[in-house]
Amino acid sequence: MSSQPIVISASPHVHSSRTSKKLMYDVIIALIPAFLVSVYVFGLNALLVTAVAVVSCLLFEFLIQKYLLKSEITIGDGSALLTGILLAFNLPPELPIWMIVVGSLVAIGVAKMSFGGLGFNIFNPALVGRVFLLISFTGPMTKWTLPDGITGATALGTIKEGLMFGNTISDLGSKIPSNMDMFLGVTGGSIGEMSALALIIGGLYLLIRKVISWHIPITILFVIGLMTGIFWMVNPEQYASPLIHILSGGALLGAFFMATDLVTSPMTKRGMIVFAIGIAVITVVIRLFGAYPEGISFAILIMNAFVPLINSNFKPRRFGAKIKSKIV
Amino acid sequence: MTDSVVYSVLLLASLGVIAAIVLYIVSKKFYVYENPLIADVEDILPAANCAGCGSPGCKSFAEKLVNSEDISDLFCPVGGNDVMKSVAELLGKEVTEKDPTVAVLRCQGSCDVRPKTTEFQGPRTCAISSMVYSGETDCQYGCLGDGDCVKVCKFDAMYMDEKTGLPVIITDNCTSCGACVEECPRDIIEMRPKNKRDLKIFVGCLNEDKGGIAKKACAVACIGCSKCEDICPKDAITMENTLAYIDPVLCTLCRKCVPVCPTNSIIETNFPPPKVKKVEKKKEKKPVVKKEEIVEPVKVKTDA
Amino acid sequence: MLKTFPLGGVHPPENKLTAGSKIKVMSVPKAVYIPISQHIGIPSEIIVNKKDKVVIGQIIAKSQGFVSANIHSSVAGTVTKIDKVINSSGYKQQCIVIRTDVKDETNFVKEPFPLKKEIELSSEEILQRVSDFGIVGLGGATFPSHVKLNINKETNIDCLIINGVECEPYLTCDHRLMLERAEEIIVGVEILLKALNLNRAVIGIENNKKDAIANFKKITDNNSKIQIAALKVKYPQGSEKQLVKAILNREVPVGGLPSDVGVVSLNVGTIFAVYEAIQHNKPLTDRVVTVTGKKLENPSNYWVKIGTPIKDLIEEVGGLPKGTRKLINGGPMMGKAIKNTDVPVTKGTSGVLVIDEEEASRGKAENCIRCGECVTVCPMGLEPHLLMSLSERGLFERMGKEDVKTCVECGSCSYVCPSHRPLLDYIRFGKNGVIKLEKAKN
Repeated sequence: MSSQPIVISASPHVHSSRTSKKLMYDVIIALIPAFLVSVYVFGLNALLVTAVAVVSCLLFEFLIQKYLLKSEITIGDGSALLTGILLAFNLPPELPIWMIVVGSLVAIGVAKMSFGGLGFNIFNPALVGRVFLLISFTGPMTKWTLPDGITGATALGTIKEGLMFGNTISDLGSKIPSNMDMFLGVTGGSIGEMSALALIIGGLYLLIRKVISWHIPITILFVIGLMTGIFWMVNPEQYASPLIHILSGGALLGAFFMATDLVTSPMTKRGMIVFAIGIAVITVVIRLFGAYPEGISFAILIMNAFVPLINSNFKPRRFGAKIKSKIV
Repeated sequence: MTDSVVYSVLLLASLGVIAAIVLYIVSKKFYVYENPLIADVEDILPAANCAGCGSPGCKSFAEKLVNSEDISDLFCPVGGNDVMKSVAELLGKEVTEKDPTVAVLRCQGSCDVRPKTTEFQGPRTCAISSMVYSGETDCQYGCLGDGDCVKVCKFDAMYMDEKTGLPVIITDNCTSCGACVEECPRDIIEMRPKNKRDLKIFVGCLNEDKGGIAKKACAVACIGCSKCEDICPKDAITMENTLAYIDPVLCTLCRKCVPVCPTNSIIETNFPPPKVKKVEKKKEKKPVVKKEEIVEPVKVKTDA
Repeated sequence: MLKTFPLGGVHPPENKLTAGSKIKVMSVPKAVYIPISQHIGIPSEIIVNKKDKVVIGQIIAKSQGFVSANIHSSVAGTVTKIDKVINSSGYKQQCIVIRTDVKDETNFVKEPFPLKKEIELSSEEILQRVSDFGIVGLGGATFPSHVKLNINKETNIDCLIINGVECEPYLTCDHRLMLERAEEIIVGVEILLKALNLNRAVIGIENNKKDAIANFKKITDNNSKIQIAALKVKYPQGSEKQLVKAILNREVPVGGLPSDVGVVSLNVGTIFAVYEAIQHNKPLTDRVVTVTGKKLENPSNYWVKIGTPIKDLIEEVGGLPKGTRKLINGGPMMGKAIKNTDVPVTKGTSGVLVIDEEEASRGKAENCIRCGECVTVCPMGLEPHLLMSLSERGLFERMGKEDVKTCVECGSCSYVCPSHRPLLDYIRFGKNGVIKLEKAKN
C-alpha cells in the first residue's frame, strides 16, 4: 500500500472530461459511415488506400519524431491517424501505393512536422498532401472509377468538360448522375466524397458531440448554395444547380471535416464565419470560372493562410468594453 | 540551344553587375557617420551581449563608453579588469578596478537532507512555482530546483545536478554577469568575491525560521545558534532573524567558523584539507577502550 | 426564463453533497491561531501582548489605514504567543495564538440569538459599526466591507445586490445559511438599505437551491424593496461582474467596479455578519465552513470560530480518508491547495475539500490544438491561449494590452482545455508581471 504525498497545484483543481484524444477519435468515428459506403462501392481498394495512408502517416511521424527531432513520440494522440484517414478520403481508389506514401510524407513531414508538430501547422496537412499529389501526378489523381468499374469523370468533372466543349447542361443530361445517386453515394469520386448522406450523418454526429460548431460547415454550404443558386437562376444552361454543387465534389467532406480542422481554423465565432464565407466564395469562383472542376481543397488552403490575420482582427468582445452609457 | 545558354548567362551577369553598382551607390550616398572609436571599443569588448554591464548589448555599451565623459562607474563583468584597462587606454579615460566576483548558491538543501513532503503539479519553472506555493519541502526559503537560473546562463557556467536537485555553478566559466541572480525568485544566488585561488566561505542557507523548525525541514539548515558569530575574530558574521550572514569584505578566510557550525551549514570552497598534525594530536588524546581491538603489529606471538 | 450572463461560463459537476446537512456547531478548539492578514489591504496591527487575557469579541488587532480591517478574538482565553504560522500558500505569516479557557462558559454557547427585527441604529452608526467590527466580504474575496459601503455622494447607487449564488461545486455554506437564517438575512438587507439610503435590493440565487429561493420568496412576499432572482446554474455566476450583468443587465466597464453602474454587491454571509453586528453587537468571530469530499465519512457544514486549525475540522468529520491526494481551502475551481492541516480557518475560508487521485490529477500538458474552447468559456472575453503563450515568453507589456488585468481567475479556461494546458498558472504569472511593470514605470 503506497501512500502518495499530498499534491499542491494552482487552481482549478478539477478538469472537464474533454481531452484532445477524445476529440480526435470522435472525428474518426464520424467518418465511419462514409468509409463503410466507400468499401461497399469500391471494395478492397478503399480499404487498401486508407490502410496505406494511415500506416504511412503514423510511420513517418514516428520516424521524424524519433530520429530527426529527437523529441517525444506522440503518435498515440490520434492526430496522425486522423490525417491519414482524411488524406485517404481525398484520393481516388486506384491510386498507386507509392503515391499514397509520398502524399503521406508531404502531409506529415512538410505540412505538420516542419512547422513544429501538432498545433503549430498553418495549413491542413491532409489537404496539403492531396493538393501536392494533384499537382504532381494529375493523371492518376483524376482517374476516377465509377461504381460499375469503368473509369470516368466525377459529376463536376463531366459538367466542366462538357461546358468547355460547348455543350449545355441539358445536353449532358444522363451523363450527370442524378441527385439521389450523389446523395446515396453511387457516383464516382474520391473515397470520402461520395455519399452525401454518410457525410451528413458524420457531420451531425460531430455537431451533437460538440466537437465542431455549426458556424463553419453551415456557412460554407449556405454561401455555396446561394452563389451557385444566383448563377443558376440567371442561366441554368451554363451553370449547374446549387444542389449538384453541394452534393458533389467533396463540398460536404470539406465543409464538415476539412475546414473545421481545429488547428487551422479561427478561434472566435465571428472569425469562423468570415473564414467560411471566404472558402465558399473561392470554391465557387474556381468551380465556375477556374480551370479545375473542384475547388474546395484550394479554397481551404488559401483561407488557412489568412487564419492568423482573422484571429488578430476578430477578437472576442471584452466584457465591459462596449459601454454606451454608465447606467442602462 | 547554345544561343539560349549564352543569352541566359549574359542576362544574369548583367543583372548582377547592375545590382552591384546600385548597392555601391546607395551605400555611399546613405552612409551614416559613426565615431570609429565605437567600433574599436566594441572589438575589445568580449562580445557576449549578456547585459551584465547594464546596457542591452556590447555595441550599446561601447557607445556609452565612448560618449560618456566619466566612465569610472562603468564595468564589464565578463571582460573584467583587463578589458576595462584596454578600453581606458584607448579612450584616454579612467576606470576603477574591481575585484572579480562569481555566483554562489546559498542553499545546500539537496534531496537527501531536505526531504520532499508534497508533490507539485504544474509548470516546472521557478518563477511560477514560487508564486503558487512555498515549495515541495518544508523550507520556504530554499532552492526550488526547477532550473530557471540554469536556463538563463549564457556562459554554460551552470547545470542542474539530478541527484541533489540543486544547480551547480562552474566558477571557471562564471563571468559574473548577474543574470542568474536576477532570475532566482528567492535570491538564493549571490555574487561574492572570487579571491585568489577561488577560496570562498559563505553560509549555505537562507532559512529564517526558528532553529527547531529549520532543522526539521533541512538537516543542514542554519539554526541561528550564533556559535559562528561568537567565534569570528573579525566580526564578519552577523545574525538576523536566526540566520547567519558572512560579510565577504570583512571575512579574512580564517575558517574558524566552519567546524563550529553544528549543522555544517557554512560552506568553504577550494581550501586545502586540514593539516595532518592536528589529527594526530587528537588520536593520542583518545583513550584506549578495548584492548582486543588494538592491532599491534610489533608484538607477534610466536610459538617458540 | 432564468437569467444568466451571456458570455462564457462552464458547468462543472455540482457535487453539493452537504446541501441537506444542517449547520452544526463545531467543537471549541484548544487554541486559535488568528492571522493578522485575513483581508485585502494592509495587515492589521497587533494590540495585545503575550499573557494577556482576552474575551470573545475583544479587538486584538487594529486596522491600519483605510483599506484594512479590525480583527477580534473568537474565543475567551489567554494569548500564548505571537508567532509565525503557515498559511494557505505554505508561507508563514504572523498570527496571534490564543489558548481557549475551557472553564469560560461564553466559549460554549450553542444557541443562536433570537431574531430581532427593529433597526435601532442610524445610518452613520451602522456604517461605523460595520467598520469597527471587522466585517469583510465572506464570499472569499475578504474585501473590507466598510470600504465597499463607503459610497461618495457623486456615485449614483440605486441597487443593492446580495450574492447568494455559491457557484463553486461542493460548497454549501451560503445555501444552508440562507435556509436556516433567512429571516435574519432579510433584516440584514433592510439594515444595509437603511445605511445606504436605498430602496431596492435583489438577492441572486442559483437555481440548484430551489428550497432557498422558495423560502426567501415566502418571507419577502410583502416586501416591495426586496426581490429574489433565480439564476441559471453556470460557473462563475457568483463573480460580481457576472452577477450584476445577469440580474440587472448592466456591464461593469473594463477596469471599473460595480459602483460605476450603480450597484453595491455583498455576499449573504457578509449580510448575516452585518445583522449580528448591528442587532446583537457581535463582531465577526465565526463563520460557516463546509467540510466535504466524496470519500469523507460524514461531510457537513459547521459554524467555526475564526482561527481554528483545519486539522480540527478534519478530525471532526472522521479524519482524512485513505488515498487523499489534495486538500483544498475553498472550492475546487478557485480554492488554494494546502499541504499542512495546521493552516487556520480565516474570514475567507468557505470550505475545506478533500479529493482523491482520480479527481485531482492534472493531466500532462500537451501542445495547444487551437480549438478555441478557452476563448468560448472565458466570462471576461479574453483569449487565454494567447495570454499563456505571451506569458511563456515574458511579453508582459503586450499582455497588458490584451487586457490580462481584467481576468477574474475563475479557472474556466484551464478547466476545459482538452490539452490540459496550465493556462491559469501562466495568466496569473503574467498579471503579476504586468503589475510589476506598471509599478516600475511609476
